[in-house]
Amino acid sequence: MSTTMNDTAPHPDDLDPRDRGGPAQPLLIVNDLRKHFRVKTTDGKPAAVKAVDGVSFTVFKGETLGVVGESGCGKSTLARLLLHLIAPDAGSLIFDGDEVGSPDGISAADLRKQVQMVFQDSYSSLNPRMPVQDSVAFGPFVNGTKRTDSRRIARDLLTKVGLNPNLFGPRYPHELSGGQKQRVNIARALAISPRMVLLDEAVSALDKSVEAQVLNLLRALKASFNLTYLFISHDLNVVQYISDRVLVMYLGHIVELGPVDDIFSRPRHPYTRALLASRPSMDPARRIEEAPITGDPPSPIDPPSGCRFRTRCAHAEAVCAAAVPALGEWRDRSTHVAACHIEAPGSGHSLAPTQSQAA
Amino acid sequence: MSHTATAPADFDAAALPQTKVRGYWQSVGYRLRHDPVTLVFALIILAIVLAAVFAPWIAPFDPYKESVIGRLKPFGWRNHILGTDELGRDLLSRIIHGGRISLLMGLVPVLIATLVGGTLGIIAGFAGGRVNTAIMRTTDVFYAFPSVLLAVAISGAMGGGVANGMIALSMVFTPALCRIGETATSQVRNLDFIEAARASGAGRFAIVRYHVLGNVLGPIFIYASSLISVSILLASGLSFLGLGVKPPEPDWGLMLSTLRQSIYVNPWICAMPGAAIFITSICFNLVSDGIRAAMDVRM
Repeated sequence: MSTTMNDTAPHPDDLDPRDRGGPAQPLLIVNDLRKHFRVKTTDGKPAAVKAVDGVSFTVFKGETLGVVGESGCGKSTLARLLLHLIAPDAGSLIFDGDEVGSPDGISAADLRKQVQMVFQDSYSSLNPRMPVQDSVAFGPFVNGTKRTDSRRIARDLLTKVGLNPNLFGPRYPHELSGGQKQRVNIARALAISPRMVLLDEAVSALDKSVEAQVLNLLRALKASFNLTYLFISHDLNVVQYISDRVLVMYLGHIVELGPVDDIFSRPRHPYTRALLASRPSMDPARRIEEAPITGDPPSPIDPPSGCRFRTRCAHAEAVCAAAVPALGEWRDRSTHVAACHIEAPGSGHSLAPTQSQAA
Repeated sequence: MSHTATAPADFDAAALPQTKVRGYWQSVGYRLRHDPVTLVFALIILAIVLAAVFAPWIAPFDPYKESVIGRLKPFGWRNHILGTDELGRDLLSRIIHGGRISLLMGLVPVLIATLVGGTLGIIAGFAGGRVNTAIMRTTDVFYAFPSVLLAVAISGAMGGGVANGMIALSMVFTPALCRIGETATSQVRNLDFIEAARASGAGRFAIVRYHVLGNVLGPIFIYASSLISVSILLASGLSFLGLGVKPPEPDWGLMLSTLRQSIYVNPWICAMPGAAIFITSICFNLVSDGIRAAMDVRM
C-alpha cells in the first residue's frame, strides 16, 4: 500500500455492502463549499472571516487525500464542514452519490454514520470522566447497539489499535500517554464502522517515534477496514508518507491538487513550491539561510483581490490582482491542477504559456 | 511493551478474560464507599435526620411544656441534658423537634434550587446563543436584590408560613446555581469530546446525560451544599419577621434569635441551637467535599 494507488480503483470484491455508487463513483464530492464566520473588527464593524471560501474537490474511494496548508488556512474548518459539525453557508456535499441535506439525498445524521473524525488534541477529545472503553463504546451505544454489544465492539477495537482492553479499558484519559490517547481516539472513530475517517492533525501533537507508530497503525487499519482517509496536516513529510493525493490550501482556497508524487516532485503553484522549500534539508550543503516565504498570511477577513497568494508571491503581476485564478478541471485520480495564472494559457501573465504552446 | 505494537496486536480480545470496566458513576460510588471521613459525616447527617423524623419518640420531654421556676437552667439540671430555655422548656427536646422544620427549611429550598437552577444553567450553557441570553439575563434580574431582602419580599408577598418560606428561599438560591451550572457547562461544551460525541451521532440529550453531567455536577453540588446552612439561617430570619415559623413552634434559627437576649444569663444554653446549625452544615459541607473528591477521577 503506497502511492501507487493513484489510479487503481478498489477491486469490486473489496467494496463495502453499503456502497451505492460503484467503484467509479467518488466517495465524496465537495462543491463550492463556503463558510464565513461573522466577527466584529476592532472598530466594531461587522466583518466576515472567510475561513473556507469556495472549495471544490473529490475524494475517491479507498484513497488517502492529504490536506496541507499553513495555520489558519481553513483546514480544520473544512473538516468540520465535511461532517456538518458546523453548517456550511453555501455549497454541497455528495456522499457516494447522495447529496447531504437534500430531500432526496441523505441527512447529516446519516452522513455521520459513515464519516468519522479524529481530532488533533488527544486529551480534550476524550471525556476526562469516562473510562476510555466507555468512550469507545459510546458511539455504537447511542446508535442503538445494546450496552453489552457496544462493550464488546469497544474491546475488540482497543485490541485492533494495539491496546490491551483489560489493561487500558478501565483507565481514564489522564492515565494514558499522548500516543495511547490518540489510539483510543482512533478506536472511537472506528467504533461505528465508518467508511471515511477525517484525521484533523491526528498525529501532529505526538512525538516523532509515536507519530510513526500511529501512522503505520492508520495504514494498517485503512487496509483492514477498507477505509478512505482525509488526512489534514501541516507536516509535509507526514502527508507525503501517508497520502495518495494531496490538496494544498491557502487562505480558504485550494491552490493545488494532485497525486502525491507529482505535487512533491513537480509542484506547480508558487505557494506549494515555497512550502516544499521550507522543509529542512537532510543535506547540510543544501541548507537555506532564508525562509522561502516570510510573514504571516494576510487576514482572511479582508483577503487580497485576485490571487490570494500574490502579496507573498515572487511572480505577482497585475493580472494576479485583477482576476482569481481558476483551479482548472480535474478528471480522475491522476489529474494535477494548480490555481495559478502562470499555469493557465492566455491568462495574461508574462510567464504563462501561450495558447499555441499549450495545445 | 506489547501495547505499543504498530501492527494490530498479537493478542485476541475474545480470548482474554474480561475485566469489568466500572463506569464513571459506579467508580464514584466505589470511591465514596472507601472514604471513611465522608462516611462518618454522612452517618452523622443520617442520625440528625432520623432524630428529627422520630422526634416524638426520641425527645425526653415535651418541647412545649414551660416552667416558670426552671428557666435558663444549666446542662444536666433535673435530667434536662442540655438545660432549659428562657421559658423553662427542655432545650434538647426543642432541638430534636426543631430539626424537623430546620432541616426542611435547609434542604428543600436548596434541593429545588439545585434542580431548577442547575437544569436551567445546563440548558443555558449547552444551548448558548439566544437561549443562553434569555435565561441568564432573567437570572441577572434576581441578582439586583440582596438575598435577604428578596426572600423577605417574596415570602411577604405570598403570605407567611413554612411552605411559602421554602418557595421564597428556592427563588433566592436558583439564580446562583443557574450561574454555576451555566459557567461549568459552557466550559465543557466547546471541548472536542462533545464534538466527537456529536459526530458519532449522539443527540443533545444523550450528550448532556453521558458527557456533560459528570463534568458539571461537581461544582453544582459543592455550591449547593454550602447553601444549606445559609438556608437555615435565612429561614430563621424570616421566622423572626413573622414570615416563617411561628412561636412556640421549635426551629433552630428562631430559637437562636430568641435565646440571644439571654446570652449574659447562660451563654452555653444560647449557643446550643447555633451548635446544631453548625454541626449540620459542616457535615453537609464535608460530605459534599467527599463527593467532589470522589467525582474527581484524577485524584
